[in-house]
Amino acid sequence: MNNEIIYSVIAIGIGVLMVIMAVIAILNNKLSVAIIAAGVVSLFASVLFLLMAAPDVAMTEAAIGSGLSTLIFFYVLNKIKRQNA
Amino acid sequence: MLRNFLIALVLASFGFIFYNLYNSYEPHTELTGIAAHYAENGASEVGAANLVTAVVVSYRSFDTLGEITILFLTAAIISFFLKLSKEDEEKVIIHRGTSELLKTASQLLVPIMFLFGIYVFLNGHLTPGGGFQGGAIIASAIVLAIMANPNMTINHSVIIWVESLSGVSVVLIGVLGILLGGGFLDTTLDGYGLGEFGTIFSAGTIPVIYSLVGLKVGAELSNILNMYQKSQKEA
Repeated sequence: MNNEIIYSVIAIGIGVLMVIMAVIAILNNKLSVAIIAAGVVSLFASVLFLLMAAPDVAMTEAAIGSGLSTLIFFYVLNKIKRQNA
Repeated sequence: MLRNFLIALVLASFGFIFYNLYNSYEPHTELTGIAAHYAENGASEVGAANLVTAVVVSYRSFDTLGEITILFLTAAIISFFLKLSKEDEEKVIIHRGTSELLKTASQLLVPIMFLFGIYVFLNGHLTPGGGFQGGAIIASAIVLAIMANPNMTINHSVIIWVESLSGVSVVLIGVLGILLGGGFLDTTLDGYGLGEFGTIFSAGTIPVIYSLVGLKVGAELSNILNMYQKSQKEA
């Protein structure tokens, strides 16, 4: 019972952090900050998947959601900045 | 004013919908229907210790075939839109020089990450993970190598051959299921058997299929990232 309460508190805390990061990603004016915030949302999501006993999904989310897609966003941002300059 | 009102209306209706969903949600205390069948008979029918893999590669293998196709299409579309001319290929990236830390760390980490990716997809039927996860880890290793050395080139023909051969082999093993097993993409071939539960040579053709999927996904993702890297080049 005690363990369940601790798990719930951690899960709710991660959920609140995800919402905060998502709001930062939408409202921040600097695109690079927004990309990092969106990556952090994925990272927290993967921790949440792990807490919900879904390690397969957590691995995919950590590798693709927060790793590779963040990197692709940065590549595209870099290219757009150069074309506008 | 009207715009803000509409936004508030949409948000309120979403809140209403989700509140209703939350209110009517009752967690199941036990597995029902087809999930119960998978949990009870997965080990004896498919022989995979990781039940998720049993569902993904055996019971629902059509979905997996579709996912592979979607990823292939994505890679093809990206390479179509990022068309690189001969001049682009020969350009060299002028960078500020990668840091010594990144260079040294990548020399140490890239081989280990490669091995870990291979471990993940070879043990897909025993431990969490599988072809897609292993492929993504291999692509991450390639990203680290590219970041440490931005002018690194990846041999295109090797990637193309690995990708096409593994894609064709997955379909051929599926056809083998028609001939020897119960139907297309059946992993429990009669002649091959299930092997000893929990060992690496078990669960029929699942390890073979997942290894091929891992190679294919790794090659595709590496190819996509390599193309993005090349599109950054300037004279």
